[in-house]
Amino acid sequence: MNKKPPLITKISLKGLELAPSQVWGSIRLVPLLRSHQNKKLRLFRRTYDEDITIVHVKKNIDYISYIPHSLVLSWNNNEAPQVACGSQLVTDSKSLNLGCCKGGMLNRIAKKQSPNQLRFLPLHLAMEGFLSIYFSGPKVAWSEYPKRVFSQGLNPRSEFSYSGSSISGLEDALRVFEIHENQVGILVFVAEALASAFIVPNSEDYRALHTSLLQDFYGELIYYYGMLHNTHYPMDLSVDEASINSLKELKEAIGHMRQDWADFQGFMADSLLGREIQSQPIQKTGLFSLQRFITDLDPHKINHIGEAIVSNTGELEYLKTYRLSANQTRRIYLLSQLAKHDWNLDITATELNISRIELIRRLERVGFGFLLKESVRHEAK
Amino acid sequence: MREEEIAREDLVMFINACFACTGQKEFYSDAGNQRVSIDFLHEYILGNYRLVYARSLAVGINHFNQAQIILKLLATGKNILSENKEEEGALIAAAIEQLPPQRAWKLLEQLKKRRINNRRSRAIAREYINKRKNINFQAVKYRSKVRTIATHCHLKLNGELGDFLFSGWDKKVYETEIFEKFRQAHYSVEALYKLPYTVAEGLATKHKIPRQIFLSRIESQMSLAEKLRLQKTAERTDKVEIALNWERLPLTKLALYILSLPVKKRYENWHIFQEALLKSARNIVLKSPLKLGKVAAVLDCSYSSSGSSEKRRRPLGVALAAHYLLKIAAIEYKSFWTGKIEEPLLVTARGQTDLATPLLNALLWEPDLIVIISDAWDNDPPGGAAEVLRVYRTKLDPTNKISIVHCNPVFDTDNYTLRSISPIVPTVGLRDAEDLPTMLTFARFAEGSANLKELEDYLASRVETMLSKYRKKT
Repeated sequence: MNKKPPLITKISLKGLELAPSQVWGSIRLVPLLRSHQNKKLRLFRRTYDEDITIVHVKKNIDYISYIPHSLVLSWNNNEAPQVACGSQLVTDSKSLNLGCCKGGMLNRIAKKQSPNQLRFLPLHLAMEGFLSIYFSGPKVAWSEYPKRVFSQGLNPRSEFSYSGSSISGLEDALRVFEIHENQVGILVFVAEALASAFIVPNSEDYRALHTSLLQDFYGELIYYYGMLHNTHYPMDLSVDEASINSLKELKEAIGHMRQDWADFQGFMADSLLGREIQSQPIQKTGLFSLQRFITDLDPHKINHIGEAIVSNTGELEYLKTYRLSANQTRRIYLLSQLAKHDWNLDITATELNISRIELIRRLERVGFGFLLKESVRHEAK
Repeated sequence: MREEEIAREDLVMFINACFACTGQKEFYSDAGNQRVSIDFLHEYILGNYRLVYARSLAVGINHFNQAQIILKLLATGKNILSENKEEEGALIAAAIEQLPPQRAWKLLEQLKKRRINNRRSRAIAREYINKRKNINFQAVKYRSKVRTIATHCHLKLNGELGDFLFSGWDKKVYETEIFEKFRQAHYSVEALYKLPYTVAEGLATKHKIPRQIFLSRIESQMSLAEKLRLQKTAERTDKVEIALNWERLPLTKLALYILSLPVKKRYENWHIFQEALLKSARNIVLKSPLKLGKVAAVLDCSYSSSGSSEKRRRPLGVALAAHYLLKIAAIEYKSFWTGKIEEPLLVTARGQTDLATPLLNALLWEPDLIVIISDAWDNDPPGGAAEVLRVYRTKLDPTNKISIVHCNPVFDTDNYTLRSISPIVPTVGLRDAEDLPTMLTFARFAEGSANLKELEDYLASRVETMLSKYRKKT
């Protein structure tokens, strides 16, 4: 009997091994290996060349962004031969001529296109989830909010990010990276800060998708880190020769060295690995479930959003994460606090241990001033 | 004492670099960086150790660096000490004589570009032209270069050569056959197929000859290197097949050619390729005797050994060629690759660099000599091989029972030297596996077991051999 794929509450690298990192400038890339690979799930990339794409999310809600590619997951229960990576010439984007640029239209961020094929927009899935949190705005008609907020919510809610190709050094780092034989994923560190984690079901797909990391988007902080730092921390492990008396022992010691690298890199990624997360299911089949998640949004910690595909054994078949910048965390934290107290400014301010004026100023600073009436905004000036 | 040590290190660094670097793009650095870096090294050695700089022409360094040295020596003739004048001049003349023609002509052309014009440089150019037995053929093939040199050095040219280079088409008929063919080829398609391939190619465009017809008819005029270069073009073009006599290629080039073929084809022709490589290796051993005992080779076939677009699979090709050379030269031989390789002939550049595991396996086999061929970007785990070597040398084998040499085919631009695995083992540059016998002798200077005096003696003896060979020839 098939177990149902569970909702994940923690990112764990069950079934995956970390291998020693490869560094280039300030970029550290940590390979993730999997010895038992799932050949039933295949992931391939579909590219779009539109400058801007409008995705219809649901009634009256559209998601607009530059979308260079989508991932198509196909699975097969009867073990028939699978499609080769990237060999499909179909596109599901409708083209629009916007005069100044080329536009595209897509339906849904994750859409089942046939009984065994699912197309989704990597990271946009997580980002759309992030943007839609508390999107509906206040339920109670407090006098501080203008009418527009009650009718339209936080519309338009926007965030900005940097494309991988603008992060200095990432392109070269990906080019010179030596892909392991069993590699299915990678952790990307920029100046020793975890920028993204990426896992796919099997190694063939990883080889094809390795360079797609360059077309994904990364937070502002990662962009600045890439620009400011051009080297990594020197890290070196050594073998204690006192305890070694034969080549066999030396061989074991090198094995330990490899393990120590893996453990330490796992520790470096502790802002994501083993962290409590809230996830939301997107699609479910008998084999796996696609879900998106967000870490606990503690403003003092590093927070990530992401999406994952979990098989019914609880193993991660796919993972892609995005590190929120401090500003983005602060923004969502303020919204969560407001939502927690029914959007009442006074109560929220008291709970946060600050004055009402300070709260208004904070909202103003993170770019949510437009949610308040002019007269209220004036109070804080 | 310290000064001597520094001088020895400088010279070893320079000669090593001259073996590996060609100023071309590498996997980890681009062509610009390579050129700037090697140019700095040249200037530094030229400024500080001029005599040794000139003598390094005799060690067998690669053609790119030989040309650089000759140019820099000719440009700075003023700084030479009078007692070294004769030796340096002879070295330059001997070295330029040994260069392949395209390199030599390019070098002489550079004299004009760099505005080098002195009595010595003019004499070198004049001598080079006078000594060419097939100067007419070369004048057709390298026409613009020969003309540039003739004007730059005010050379008096014999026979019809001057007319051919300078008087354009005023002259109606040439008596020299190849000049006449060249003239005719401007008007007649038939004459074109009697010219060298590179010259005919340009004229074929002028006559609008379809590529397919041109390639199939010009085949007999192509040199071996040209045929090799055009294999992929022939595959792309319909009904064109350029027969390549690849058995004649030197070992490293042959290895590179075989590696350029798909694995399936290599598998099908396994026996033929294997025999050709072994034969080529045997020829090298006959020429420069290399007798080794029990040898293990640790060979790098990681992704970085795929080289660059300018040096495709060069590090891997060097490793494969060295594998066959050592197989012939050693009494007992075993190779250890960084990846899982069952048959060396089917190797591809793939995967991470794990030097520690094959190195440990090689040590367990207890050979007399271990040759490591790798670009030394050890990353699984980083520094693993360095630790193995350190612990092995300090703890397990302090008496140096096994000698270990690291050959690096790649020049590291940031440090002006070859990347080394560990300071404990000597690192030497290696661009062609054919140089392996030389480099194994040179390794003792890199290791530091031989002092500056010995290095200078070694250079002097190489100079002696080179010059006596040159004198015998002329």
